[in-house]
Amino acid sequence: MEQYEPDRLSGAQLAAMRRSLTSGRGALTRRSMLRATGVGALTIGGLAGLSGCGIPPAKREGDGPASTDHSADEKRVVFSNWTEYMDVSEDEKHYPTLEAFTKRTGISVKYTADINDNVEFFGKIQPQLAAGQDTGRDLICVTDWLAARMIRLGYAQKLDPSRLPHAFANLSDQFRSPDWDPGRAHSYPWTGIPTVIAYNAKATGGRTVDSVSQLLDDPRLKGRVAFLSEMRDSIGMTLLDLGKDPGSFTDDDFDAAIARIQKAVDKKQIRRFTGNDYTADLDKGDIAACVAWAGDIVQLQHDNPDIKFAIPRSGYIISSDNLLVPAKARHKTNAEKLIDHYYQPPVAAQLAAYINYVCPVDGVRAELTKIDKSMADNTLILPDAAMAAASHAFRSLSAEEETAYEQKFAKLIGA
Amino acid sequence: MTITEAPPAAPATPPEPPVRKASTRKRLVPYWLLLPGILWLLVFFALPMVYQASTSVQTGSLEKGFQVTWHFATYWDALQEYYPQFVRSLLYAGTATILCLLLGYPLAYLIAFKAGRWRNLLLVLVIAPFFTSFLIRTLAWKTILADGGTVVGILDSLHVLDVTSWLGWTEGNRVLATPMAVVCGLTYNFLPFMILPLYTSLERIDGRLHEAAGDLYARPLTTFRKVTFPLSMPGVVSGTLLTFIPASGDYVNAELLGSTDTKMVGSVIQTQFLRVLDYPTAAALSFILMAIVLLMVTFYIRRAGTEDLV
Repeated sequence: MEQYEPDRLSGAQLAAMRRSLTSGRGALTRRSMLRATGVGALTIGGLAGLSGCGIPPAKREGDGPASTDHSADEKRVVFSNWTEYMDVSEDEKHYPTLEAFTKRTGISVKYTADINDNVEFFGKIQPQLAAGQDTGRDLICVTDWLAARMIRLGYAQKLDPSRLPHAFANLSDQFRSPDWDPGRAHSYPWTGIPTVIAYNAKATGGRTVDSVSQLLDDPRLKGRVAFLSEMRDSIGMTLLDLGKDPGSFTDDDFDAAIARIQKAVDKKQIRRFTGNDYTADLDKGDIAACVAWAGDIVQLQHDNPDIKFAIPRSGYIISSDNLLVPAKARHKTNAEKLIDHYYQPPVAAQLAAYINYVCPVDGVRAELTKIDKSMADNTLILPDAAMAAASHAFRSLSAEEETAYEQKFAKLIGA
Repeated sequence: MTITEAPPAAPATPPEPPVRKASTRKRLVPYWLLLPGILWLLVFFALPMVYQASTSVQTGSLEKGFQVTWHFATYWDALQEYYPQFVRSLLYAGTATILCLLLGYPLAYLIAFKAGRWRNLLLVLVIAPFFTSFLIRTLAWKTILADGGTVVGILDSLHVLDVTSWLGWTEGNRVLATPMAVVCGLTYNFLPFMILPLYTSLERIDGRLHEAAGDLYARPLTTFRKVTFPLSMPGVVSGTLLTFIPASGDYVNAELLGSTDTKMVGSVIQTQFLRVLDYPTAAALSFILMAIVLLMVTFYIRRAGTEDLV
């Protein structure tokens, strides 16, 4: 645009006018800048879009996971775990079992509790793993369905049984051969996680709640029932209640379980689908009864005697959190030594006494009795034969099934 | 800084307009100053946007990879499937914004004009909640609104809950896991974003304008209506935008304080992206939300008739 500069104006007036054009509203407003940036972005966007970026397949082919092992010359191992999943000393500054490992082997452990959520953690490390890069972690702990997915995608390294003598000998039968990792070639369980029914006896008026049917139908619990936002736990428990086997169900069975829960959602029986945050609600009594993870319940019972749990007659779901060595990890041997360390009964007992989840290690009863007799008797930590027999694992899903089921479940929980 | 008197020898002729060349260079200065910002926007805003735009028209799966197939139907499908969540997001965010304005305006007014020496302290108190994490603040509301808690007890005994329950905002005699809880959480979490811009624009108003209005026999209410409020419009506009835009994309409040029928579109995007691993749908949903918000904001700014946002 031509600048209008009539010669009748004085020099000062002209200067002022120019100033207003360069630094005033006419020149460089936020809006015109935004417009310019927007146009620029759109142009670049159009071009890049045309070239068609795409996202490469996540699956890694061939013997990709194997990596150069620096364990011999770098005496360290990086371990990522869930929060509050490790024994700590009174002053919360030391990890006794990890320090014992360092003392015995000379391998230092960088321990971070940076896993809060399976899906988020997967979202965080997936791009690196897909690109064949080191995630900076030598050992991670993820729930079995995610472990299954990572093994399927070639993101986990095959473990060397010769470096896992204790683990091989002491692993409980219950966990020995999941369908997603036959013979535990890639993974070892850190803990078992029974999914049970929990209730606050004060909130239910002293009544027991011991079946999924009761959770879904009992009018006296209306609006005070919670289910877990973890698809396999909520659907698995409902499948059992419907008389189906979570280890070998069909699409129709899955749909039936969804429909069964949907009915309860529609009549406002179910208050929420929750992650770990159900514990506070259950403790207060805002939630009277829910599907819950056993370890949480053991911890809640410490402080609140009203919290009870029940194993439904139809059985319960057991899942596990598993140790994996991610592809391209630098210290695989050190990581294997660390896994094996936790399969020695005294160490396993020390850990179980602290975190209160099912211990996947055989032969810890004597050790745990030494630490705390009541814990050794708690079937949620050391399951007896009957308890182990009532457990069912959710079968592993193909990629297509996983997407379809998660989609249906997402619809059920409102998002 | 000291101010020295300028030498009195002033030339009679006005100063020569600057030479053309120098002024071109001067004109470029703002662009140079903008360069870091633009680069930042390019790398962290424009490029991710392009990436998301491309993702939204791809098809495939995590396992097999995603290819650009110009599958625009994803947008339509996403909108059809999730329009209730969109409507809900805008409704909740809108309600929370109005509540924030109603709560925030008097407070900002008080801090700007009446607080005197307490002003700084009050401002710090407004910002104080930011020192704790967003999650913790939201979880605190679960305790405040607990079923057997004092707040719910009082609301119940005043029969407020009967009314809200009849309106569908609450469920029976509880507040948690209902729309009302979500809107309360949103209002609380975004209130400072409303108060601070309001305060900034109120505080800049020249007190003499109020006196002048009084001299012209305006009653206090008229002064507010004709002088104070119009002059604070930039604050109102930027405050409402800073509240509404993040609130419409929020999902923490809906996750923690809501139930299945209060999920907002942010939850859907999160679920599609992380859980279902349907990246195209997640990207399309984000773009739809962005487009809706952009349209509403444009319309709003036009109507409010203000260019300045501070």
